[in-house]
Amino acid sequence: MADTARAHGAHAAPADHAVHTATGLSNAKLGMWAFLGSECLLFGALISSYVLYRGRAVPNTLTPKDVYDIPYTSVSSFVLLMSSLTMVLALAAIQRGDQEKLRAWLMATALLGMTFIAGQVYEFTRFVQEGLSIKSNAAASAFFTLTGFHGAHVTVGILMLLSLFGMSLDGRLPPERAEVVELIGLYWHFVDIVWIVIFTVVYLIPAK
Amino acid sequence: MDTSENLRETAAATEPEAVLREPELAVHPGPKQYIVVAVVLAALTALEVAVYYTSIPHPLLVGLLTFFAFWKFVLVVLWFMHLRFDSVIFRRLFVTGLSLAFAVYLIVLFTFKVFIRS
Repeated sequence: MADTARAHGAHAAPADHAVHTATGLSNAKLGMWAFLGSECLLFGALISSYVLYRGRAVPNTLTPKDVYDIPYTSVSSFVLLMSSLTMVLALAAIQRGDQEKLRAWLMATALLGMTFIAGQVYEFTRFVQEGLSIKSNAAASAFFTLTGFHGAHVTVGILMLLSLFGMSLDGRLPPERAEVVELIGLYWHFVDIVWIVIFTVVYLIPAK
Repeated sequence: MDTSENLRETAAATEPEAVLREPELAVHPGPKQYIVVAVVLAALTALEVAVYYTSIPHPLLVGLLTFFAFWKFVLVVLWFMHLRFDSVIFRRLFVTGLSLAFAVYLIVLFTFKVFIRS
């Protein structure tokens, strides 16, 4: 089994901690990567829909690009990027058995995520007040669906981070269970990379 | 230890107990490398926003913004998600999904003539 793992580029684990799977890799981690691969298709569809419709709005109607506040969204993007840093620092903390730092970094990540979501709620509210709603036109529908789906993913991530924080307080997150933090971390970084694409394609790259 | 050596520190140096439990962690980056990556990500974001406010031709603007976003994406995936250091099977799973999405939706957008100026 260890040979199989080495053949696939993984490092052999000691016998008492060996992962007993056909690949020598954790099934949970394998499942998470397969899930993230499939999520690329979901977000690919949503981003493509927006790109398709953004240049085809009915003349003289408000489109998302008319109401964007780039400096504001840039700060939101920066907040989400930095939450990825705090997430890997949480993983490094649990791997060395530092529960206090684990909780601090998990809470920091959750708070940064909440800041991002609060920013998105404010942005949506302002857009609606300015006259752009999900029903305004196809471009607006695609915009709200895409960013709303992303926001829902971030919200799920925040709930998982808070669960990890609670588990750590309960003493149910010893260093041996660092993989749980790693899996949630993978999900969190994924929502970050999706936002990297959304920020550039949806907000920064202007329609022709 | 000088600064450059500090930046090269991997989990083998910073989390030796964790490496005993999971040897694959020996090649994972340490906290200092993560911070360097975060600084680069912040700088790339600042460059993206700065480029957005310049009045360069549309194709060049799109090219530059795509270039910065690509490297931000790659840095997060390779370093923060450890795809550079983990099993090649994880990399294949993710790259398969990503490539499939990219190819399928690019074909869709070309079919609808999104990239053709009317």
